[in-house]
Amino acid sequence: MRKILKIEERFYRVLMFLSTTFIGTALFVILFSILRTGLPHLSWEMLSEIPHGGYYFGKSGGIFNAIVGSVYLSLGSSLIAFLVGLPIAMFINIHLIRHTKFVAVIRFLLDLLWGVPSIVYGAFGFTIMVFFGMRTSLMAGIITVSLFILPIIVRAMDEVLRNVPKGLLESAKSLGSTNSEIAYVVYFKQCLPGIITAWLLAFGRAIGDAASILFTTGYTDYVPHALNEPAATLPLAIFFQLSSPIPEVRERAYAASAILIFIVLTVSVVSRILSCKYNKNKINF
Amino acid sequence: MHNSVIDIEHLNLFYGKQHILKDINISIPAKRITVILGPSGCGKTTLLRSLNRLTELDASVKMSGKILLNGQDLLSSKEDVTTIRKKMGLLAQRPYPLPMSIYNNVAYGLRISGRRKKKFLNNRVEYYLRQTNLWEEVKDRLREPAATLSIGQQQRLCLARGLAVDPQIILADEPTSALDPHSSRMIEEKFAELKNNYTIVLVTHILRQARNIADHVIFMYMGQVVEQADARDFFENPQEQRTKAYLQGQFY
Repeated sequence: MRKILKIEERFYRVLMFLSTTFIGTALFVILFSILRTGLPHLSWEMLSEIPHGGYYFGKSGGIFNAIVGSVYLSLGSSLIAFLVGLPIAMFINIHLIRHTKFVAVIRFLLDLLWGVPSIVYGAFGFTIMVFFGMRTSLMAGIITVSLFILPIIVRAMDEVLRNVPKGLLESAKSLGSTNSEIAYVVYFKQCLPGIITAWLLAFGRAIGDAASILFTTGYTDYVPHALNEPAATLPLAIFFQLSSPIPEVRERAYAASAILIFIVLTVSVVSRILSCKYNKNKINF
Repeated sequence: MHNSVIDIEHLNLFYGKQHILKDINISIPAKRITVILGPSGCGKTTLLRSLNRLTELDASVKMSGKILLNGQDLLSSKEDVTTIRKKMGLLAQRPYPLPMSIYNNVAYGLRISGRRKKKFLNNRVEYYLRQTNLWEEVKDRLREPAATLSIGQQQRLCLARGLAVDPQIILADEPTSALDPHSSRMIEEKFAELKNNYTIVLVTHILRQARNIADHVIFMYMGQVVEQADARDFFENPQEQRTKAYLQGQFY
């Protein structure tokens, strides 16, 4: 009997080791193949200039327009989603604490929305745009992407707020705090690291998504100067270049991917640092 | 008989279909330590929590009856529940310091009551930390997070934080159960001092603690109040059979 247990223990350890190695290797191969093809094409020109005439046929220029467009779009939409999502997450965890069944329904609906493919949000955004007679624009893109990442950011923050022990809520209530004081002072401070992570998750989804912005933000070779202008974005820049028959243009798509990865990595590292910085007041229960 | 601050009349509490508190009729004397004593699961914590209406946080709890604070019914009161809660400080089974600095933990209660002058806050924070014998230990690290304190210090910080709201009553729910003997004694001694200014309601299942500090005892068993009396009468001359059995250690 003991021998069987030992074999079982070893079997699962090997299994876990293999799956971890598999994931690690996959990640490494993805990064490696992108960087190997992309890095040689990465230049200052690529980062700082907009596409010149014939760029998509392999002539000179860069994708500055797409970098700026993506940063505007993802910062704008994640900011809106954060400002709308934080009160929702606080509300279902503090104000609705008595109504556990209602909250369960809200969570279920949010999970459903999380699972809806982004192209559906794109189609929805497009319908709205047509209804209001808007043209493809940065604004339309920001609104669509905000809707798309809202359930993600709400559920991510909700999971963090949910883990706050009830005793802290009761203690704060016993001091005579109102619900808003509990939400934006006590819970906010306790959960700030998790809230930053939730925002990061939403930002990552926003900057990486192509389907929801295809019809709403459009594409342009110029840097947008106003919210009602269309904007280029990195995922679409990758898509258009990768579908080119010219090998050099295809390879530039990898450079654009490398830039996208770099932006996500930078934001991720910065938010990690921030969340460590704000971790000190957190009480570990 | 002392003046009572809280009078509870025919309080019944249901949790779903379970009848937790059965027809509770008690009065709690002012500026004394009232100990609610009883075995685990007898409803003593629920009774304490119903005083500042924390039981309302659970939708399946239904209450009926009257809880009179200075003659005013809390359950049917039009008064804002936060105002009621400010009149009662709560010390929980284990400390839940707020996720902020030691200083701000105490200042929090003052700030939410609208006191924001820096000088006033400094003054009061020191006063309440001295009240709970914490000042000497933390005066050089007021800006450090409360999480860096030991459990015993955290519990005293929670007491200081509760006092800063200037309550009339202190509700304590087995406040020493997570603490080491030294910290427990400090809390007990503090209660004996604080009763000059505050009414204290203490829930405990530790007989020794009850004997040490109680002025008035309420003995509960299976959701009912079996006996309530002055501490001396209660321990030396219990009237009820179940009280006698409990005091002799026949059940816990």
